[in-house]
Formats: sequence, structure tokens, C-alpha cells
Amino acid sequence: MKDLIKQLTEVWGPSGQEGAVRGLITAAVKPLVDDLRTDAMGNLIAVKRPTVESASGRRIMLAAHMDEIGVIVTHVDANGFLRFSSIGGVNPLTLLGGRVAFGNGVRGVIGIEKRESPAEEVKLEKLFIDVGATDKERAERLVTVGDVGSFDRQFADLGDRLVAKAMDDRVGCAVLVQTLRELRSTSHEVSFVFTVQEEVGLRGATTSAYGVNPDIAIAVDVTATGDTPEARTMAVGIGKGPAIKVKDRGMLAHSGLKNLLVRMAKDSGIPYQLEVLEFGSTDAMAMQMTREGIPAGVISVPTRYVHTPSEMVDYADVLGAVRLLVATLSAPMEF
Amino acid sequence: MKRLCEASGISGYESEAGRIAADAFAPYADEVRTDSMGNVVALKRAARGDSPAGRILLAGHLDEIGLMVTSLEDGFLRFTTVGGFDVRVLPGQEVMVHGQRPLPGIVGSRPPHVLSAEAREKVTPLDELFIDVGLPPSEVAALVSVGDIVSVSREAINLMNTRVAAKAMDDRSAVAAMVETFKRLADCRTAVDLYGVATVQEEASDFLGARTSAFRLQPDIAIAVDVGHAEIPDAADVPIMTLGKGPGIAMGPNIHPQVYERLVATADDMEIPWQTDPCPGATGTDAWALQIVREGIPTALLSIPLRYMHTSVETLAIRDIERTARLLAAFIVGLDGDFLGGLRGANATRTTV
Amino acid sequence: MLLEQLSNAAGVSGNEAPVRDAILAYVRDYVDVTQVDSLGNLICLKRAAGAPECQRKVMIAAHMDEVGIMVVHIEGNGFLRFRPVGGIDPRVLLSKAVLIGEKMVPGVIGQKAIHLLKEHERKQVVSVDQMFIDIGAKDKADAEQAVKVGDYGVFATRFASLGPTMKGKALDDRAGCAVLAELLRGGPYPCDVYGVFTVQEEVGLRGAQVAAYAVKPDVAFVVEGTVCDDSPKKTDVSPTTRLGAGSAISIADRSAIADRRLVQFLVDTANRVGLPYQFKQPLIGGTDAGRIHLSREGVPTVALAVPCRYIHSPVSLMSQADFDNTVALMKAALSRVDEVVK
Repeated sequence: MKDLIKQLTEVWGPSGQEGAVRGLITAAVKPLVDDLRTDAMGNLIAVKRPTVESASGRRIMLAAHMDEIGVIVTHVDANGFLRFSSIGGVNPLTLLGGRVAFGNGVRGVIGIEKRESPAEEVKLEKLFIDVGATDKERAERLVTVGDVGSFDRQFADLGDRLVAKAMDDRVGCAVLVQTLRELRSTSHEVSFVFTVQEEVGLRGATTSAYGVNPDIAIAVDVTATGDTPEARTMAVGIGKGPAIKVKDRGMLAHSGLKNLLVRMAKDSGIPYQLEVLEFGSTDAMAMQMTREGIPAGVISVPTRYVHTPSEMVDYADVLGAVRLLVATLSAPMEF
Repeated sequence: MKRLCEASGISGYESEAGRIAADAFAPYADEVRTDSMGNVVALKRAARGDSPAGRILLAGHLDEIGLMVTSLEDGFLRFTTVGGFDVRVLPGQEVMVHGQRPLPGIVGSRPPHVLSAEAREKVTPLDELFIDVGLPPSEVAALVSVGDIVSVSREAINLMNTRVAAKAMDDRSAVAAMVETFKRLADCRTAVDLYGVATVQEEASDFLGARTSAFRLQPDIAIAVDVGHAEIPDAADVPIMTLGKGPGIAMGPNIHPQVYERLVATADDMEIPWQTDPCPGATGTDAWALQIVREGIPTALLSIPLRYMHTSVETLAIRDIERTARLLAAFIVGLDGDFLGGLRGANATRTTV
Repeated sequence: MLLEQLSNAAGVSGNEAPVRDAILAYVRDYVDVTQVDSLGNLICLKRAAGAPECQRKVMIAAHMDEVGIMVVHIEGNGFLRFRPVGGIDPRVLLSKAVLIGEKMVPGVIGQKAIHLLKEHERKQVVSVDQMFIDIGAKDKADAEQAVKVGDYGVFATRFASLGPTMKGKALDDRAGCAVLAELLRGGPYPCDVYGVFTVQEEVGLRGAQVAAYAVKPDVAFVVEGTVCDDSPKKTDVSPTTRLGAGSAISIADRSAIADRRLVQFLVDTANRVGLPYQFKQPLIGGTDAGRIHLSREGVPTVALAVPCRYIHSPVSLMSQADFDNTVALMKAALSRVDEVVK
């Protein structure tokens, strides 16, 4: 599965420009599903029908988002430097000295204006991108206002731990693909939805959930950890198993569904953690609010350094997430 | 109402309070159900059950703000807030930790004797507070998990002039007002189907219960019942309501003007005191979500005046709850097909706008 | 002239009726069906010509509401306390004139005379809750003869042409409404067109949300009056849009990422017909597109706008040429909209 994660994290796909990710995933899932379509927003919806008919069969929606955070060019100045805004939650500190890649392959370096003192806050307005152009006209042959860029970084395999940009949420996409590969028997109709534009407001999940209209929804996304030096207090750490979300900034997981996931983890002998996240939310928040309301939960892959070019996960946690999802889908989902 | 307020029902975990609400509605409703999200929905059918003139939905939120365990440290519990809690009211508060069994606890903080003068000048931030359940760490680890809900312990307190202080008056007082409305209508015939919904997760999840129940029920009118700020010494804010002067009837972009006028006319006819409640934008209540469900719902908002909102000593006048119920009952009894038809939006080529 | 009438009309979010009435009078004879929904949106259907091949629905939205104020309290001494409706920078409010309520009662937002100010006071931004409106009343009872709590108020600005440009209040988005009204008077077009004059955009894109749900369009265009910040600056930064440089197409703003095919469609159309256009600086502001594009299973949407200087202040300024070019671009786009919405 490491190869799948490498491929998925290295592909280019900031919010609104998920085409290449969608292409990769389509190739991977097409032979495994009964129905495959792309909706008006660009969400990829892959449906696996039940392998056994049962009264306890439900319509399940799983969601992992294809988009990653990035930057968008807002202005090309007279000297060919680019000013930009962030797509999704980009912390300016993570950009200093970094590189971005645009859709057409052009690459640039991020620089910063002088700061009056070392204590001065690093603000996005003070940053710019240098694509090596000598003036505005030359710059505009390479990039224009509205062009989008993402972090430019390779995947790294550290053995037990994997590092890449866009683990959020390509690792979730990988979990869904692998779950599809390993799911032998289920009484449920499962829609594997690879959503768009999560980072800019859960937009793809909003419309795809309306269309799929499931009985139960589970998002697979990353969550932060509290296990690095002087970290914000959080009980989740990498290497202790997938996390089952209780609450984040935007939603409370349906308590019955959460309890079901905990039971499945215990019964299957899968180490797990309970997660309360202070900042951030996931596609589950949007799915929960759809139509008449959908009981929703999240299986999270604990990740260090979220929203930086070097997000780190524990490989065993990822495999654990797959096992948990497969086990859950293989059983009746009653709560 | 006391039972409602003293029960635990934090956003996402409303079932204890939900059961009490369902039992309270039951004698006065034709049907009471709890939906998949936890909303408690009580229905009183129209007199002409097979052809009601329309549907009205009342919404009062079931959930209260609370706390949640985020980690265990040597037997002490670190926690976060669920909903908008002012951390300043927490030190010294008695709470109930809903672990494997309910565990009484105290929100502790370091005693003043050991703190510097400077430290005592500052508000203790949330990540320096902890809950102490008075048990050894190994027992705590066995009984409490990350994600366990913690509710505030407070028995309702009777003050002078039939004023009452309790936790969760926001918004159990409104649930009580809805039950009282059903009670008053028990012997009445209405032209409309009446849905009383104790909604979930208003405080913490962007009005989840209101949105989803209204999507399902598709009412012709929705009235949210919530609490509103009443004046206290030192709050020179305007606009603000006064305790004991009746419910606030909101007006502004969130409110359908004809529903507003009809509520005001009803209150004046029935000599029910009420207060103005100008809302220039978002009302911060279920009404904000109800108005834009599907094709839109004509919406109104009644606010029960309340002091010290989001503390464990929220204070109101019982009379204001009764007045709110009287107003709703009179309004509902007066609804007919003509009024509802007029709200559904006009075909502008036939009528003047 | 419609734009003048619309600019002068009072239509704060939640109270758009005067604007709606003026628009309805202007378009009713040119459309097949008009409807007003429970929030006050005006939905006008202009059917496609003859027996159309195109079975799709095109929605075009422009919002009728403007930012304004609401009276929230009347003091004993007859002064009015107020709050903004929609986003207004408090710094533009001091020393301005307003018109309150249905009767358009004149009032002024006063400020202590400079002679009486202490040095440090002159440097402080006054917040809205410290401000008041003076309608000349002697006391509360006197004031209540003329106004009441809950009354809406608008800036007392008269529209006027300055030659190549015009000035007036609420050009965001009366300019868009005027463009849409002209489109409904033109045509017919190859597909059914729903011209939706929305309410309550300024307080959260609320009218557009329910209107899109009801209309169920296959594609949507939003016409706005947008930020134009092209005054001289000390540093080389984007002006967001430039006055006179043509319709501003949004690639992405805070509320939506435009459907790229529709952006290209507008660019192609403009090039074919020889009309100027520009790209609005990405991620500035939001429009009704934010809610329309997320309706039900999603609607491909794009927003374009007439650049307006000083929006959300008592008086804004726009270019006649930009306005005319926006009408022309949208007309040309609609005349071939069947190509993009198969």
C-alpha cells in the first residue's frame, strides 16, 4: 500500500483542480466497482453494490477528499514577482523557503519582504513567489492571475513512518481504495466518494451527500496529534492505531455510530484511539447536515505536521484504518 | 421545567433530556417520536386530520453547552468546551463526568495562596483548568475515556418574584414553553398540524437539528423559541430586554414580516405583554437555519428574556414562559388556510407585490 | 433610467420591496412568469424561443438588497441608536445623512465637533455602538411620531451621471439588477432563462440559496457590482479590478471556485464579440454563487461583475462603458448558452 500512498500524495491537485487525482483513482477503482461517475462539482462516486442481500443492509457513504491546500496567484507585479492568496488553511510559516508547483509544471520559490524585527508576525501579504522571470511580461508567459500552485515535495519512506505533502487527505483516499480492494463481502450498498474542495469549505461533500443520500456516512481524513514537543494537549499520537472521532471544531460524531466503530475495533483486535480535535473539521460535518440529517462519523489517520509540506503518518495506523473500515462494512451496521 | 434543566443533554448527547421532553409532550400530543439525529418531535394533528390547512413547526433546542474530556493526566481530566462556554465561570464549578458511570467532579484551579499577584490578575485559560473526580489515577483510567461528556451540576434555585436560576435555561425553558403550548391546545381544535420539535445540536453544530427536522417536515411556518439577553447592571448594551415584561418578538431580515405582524397583533389582542427585539442580521438561533431550508420557510422568533446566558445560573421569570406559551397557543389557534396561502409567495403577475 | 431609479430606491437586506416593485414594473411585460417566494426573491422566467432543442435551465442572479442600518433603540432624549445591516466599515458612517423607515425620515449621524475633541479622541475609531442618529426630535415620544425600533435606514445619496461615470448608493448590486433587467428585456434565448433578483445577499447569500433550490438550474451566472480598488497606492499590489477595463470575471472568491468551463466560455464569448474583460483578483469577497453552486447536487456557476469603487459606503462610482459592456457580454453569452450547457 506504500506505493499507492506515494503515487497519490505526489500527484498535483489543489482545491478546484483535482483532475489528475481523479484520473489516478479512477484507474485504480474502476475494475472493482459496479458504478462509477463524476458529478457536476467533480466528485468521483464509485458504488459497490451489496454482495449479499440482507434486511440489515444500508446505504453507506464513505468520503475522502482529493484536494490539497495550495496557493492562488492574485497579482503579477512590475518586476515579475507573484503575489498570492491561500487555498485552504495555509500557515505562512510553512511557506518560508519553500517551493510551489503550478499545474503547467512551472515551479517557483517563496520569498518574503524584509521584516522590521524578528518578532514581527509572518503574514501572507508579505510573501511572494519567484518563478525566475525578469519582468512582468516574461512572468505572465509562465503563470497568470488565477493560476493555482501546491507544495512541491517528494514522498519519503522512513520505514514505519511515511512523510509527504498532501497526506491530508490522499492517505484517506488510499484507505478507501485499499478498503475497496479488500472488501469481500458486505450486505450494504457502499458509495466510495472521492470529494473535491474540502479544504475550502467541505463543498464537494455537501453536494455529493445530497445526491447519494445515504443512511450512514463515514469520512476518512487525517487528524492532528499531541505527541510532539510542547504540543497542544491532545490525546492522539501516531503509532497507536487509527482514531475514532468524538468531536472536532465543526461537528460531534453521532454517538451511536462512534460506539459502533469502537465495538468493531475492540472485537477485531484493532488498536484504536478516541479523538477530540480542537481546530478543524472534515467532510463528515457537511454530510451530517444533508437533507433530513445523516448519522455521521470519522475514522482518522493520526498525522503530525498537518498542513505542512511534510505530513507524517505511521504505516501501521493506515493499515489499521483499512482493517477497521473493512470489518465495519462486513458486518451489519446497527446502532 | 426544573426536571428538564437539571437533566443532562449536551450537544450530541441529548438523550437524557430528550426522554424527559418526550414524556412531557406525551399527554398532549397525538404522536411523539425521536428521529435518527435525536430530535424529539411531538405532533398534534389538525382537527380535520386528513386535510390540514398546513403545518406549523415550533423549534426549541434540547441541547445545552457543556464540556468534554480531552486527556487524562495523573488522574486529573483535561477538557474542552462543547458550545460557547466563558471559561471564567468554570473555576470552582461542580460537574458530572459521564464516564462508565456518572462521577461527580470539581473544576479545579491552583489556589490563590501559591500564585503570584500577576497570575491572579489573569483569566485562567482553558488548557490550565482541570477536573478532579477525587479518585486514584488507575480508577480514573478505568472509568473515564477521552471524549466523555461532562455536564454542569446545578439544582434549580427559586429566587424572589417567581424568578428561577438554573443551568440550561438556554434552551430548556423554551422546550418547557412548547410543552405548555401543547397543554393549552390539548382541548382546542386547530386548522393546522402542529409540530413541536426539541432540536439537537443548536449550540455546537450550526443548528443541525433545526435544519434536518425542517427539511423532513416541510412546514408552512416555523417559529423558533429561544432565550434572549435581559439587562443586568453594568451591561449598557442596547438593544436589550427586561425580565418579567414578556417574550421578545423579533423583527429583521431573519423574520417574515407578515408572521411578525400576526404575532404582534395576537399578543396585543390577548393583552400579553411583549418586547421589541430588533435583529439586524443573524439571530444566532434555530430561526437563522429554518428560514433557508429547501425553498425557504416563513420564519419568526420568540425570545424568553434571560440573564447570565451560558452560565450555570441562568435566570428568568416563570411568567415569561407562560406568556410565551399563551401567545403561541393563541397564534396557532388563529391560523387558517388563507393566512398560510398568503405567505407562500405570490404569483406577481396576478397580485400586487 | 432604471439604474438611477434602482440606486435611489431603499432596499436594505430584509426589506427589498421598493426595489422589487421597480424591477417588476420594468420587466413584467417581457417575461412569461413572475413569482415572489417566501423570502421575497423575484423569480422571472423567460422561456426559450419556439420549440427549443435546449432542455436546460439557465439561472441568472443579481441581488436587490443593499447594506444599510436598523434602528435598535430610541433614547429618552430622542436620539436613535442603530446597528449595521450587512457589512459596513464604521469609519464611513460619521457625518453622513440617512433616510429612515417607509416615510424616509431624514437623519444625520453626528459626531462631536472637532473643537471639542481631545487630542487622543481624534485618533480613535468610533464604533457603531457609540454612534447615534439625530432626526431633530425633542425627546423619545417626539421621535416615536416619526420612527420606530426595527425601522431600516439607507444612505441619503442621490444618483447622478458624471459623464463617463456615474455615482450613487447601492451600485452593489443595483448595477447587476439593471444588467439582468436589460437581459430579460432582450432575447429570447436558446434556453429557458430564470432571472432571479435575490434578497439578503449581504447578510449571508440567503435568498440565492432558497431560490436555487426551487429553480433547480443546470447552470448559473451571477451578476454583481464588485470591489474596485484602483486608487493610487504606495506599493505594487492588485487593485482587485480596474474601472473602465471591462467586466470582471471571477475565477475564485471566498465563497466559490468558478466552474473553469464557464470562465472559458465567457472569455471566448468576449473575444468573439470584441468586448473588454478582466479577471477579478482571486479570493476577494463572496457572491450569491457561493450558495447557488452548492445547491442540491451542485450547479456549475460563474460570477461576473461591474467594477465599482467605494462599495459598502454611502456613495460608489462606476463606469458607463463597463456597465454597457457587461450587458453586451451577457447578451452574447446567453445567445449561445446552449453550447456550454449540453
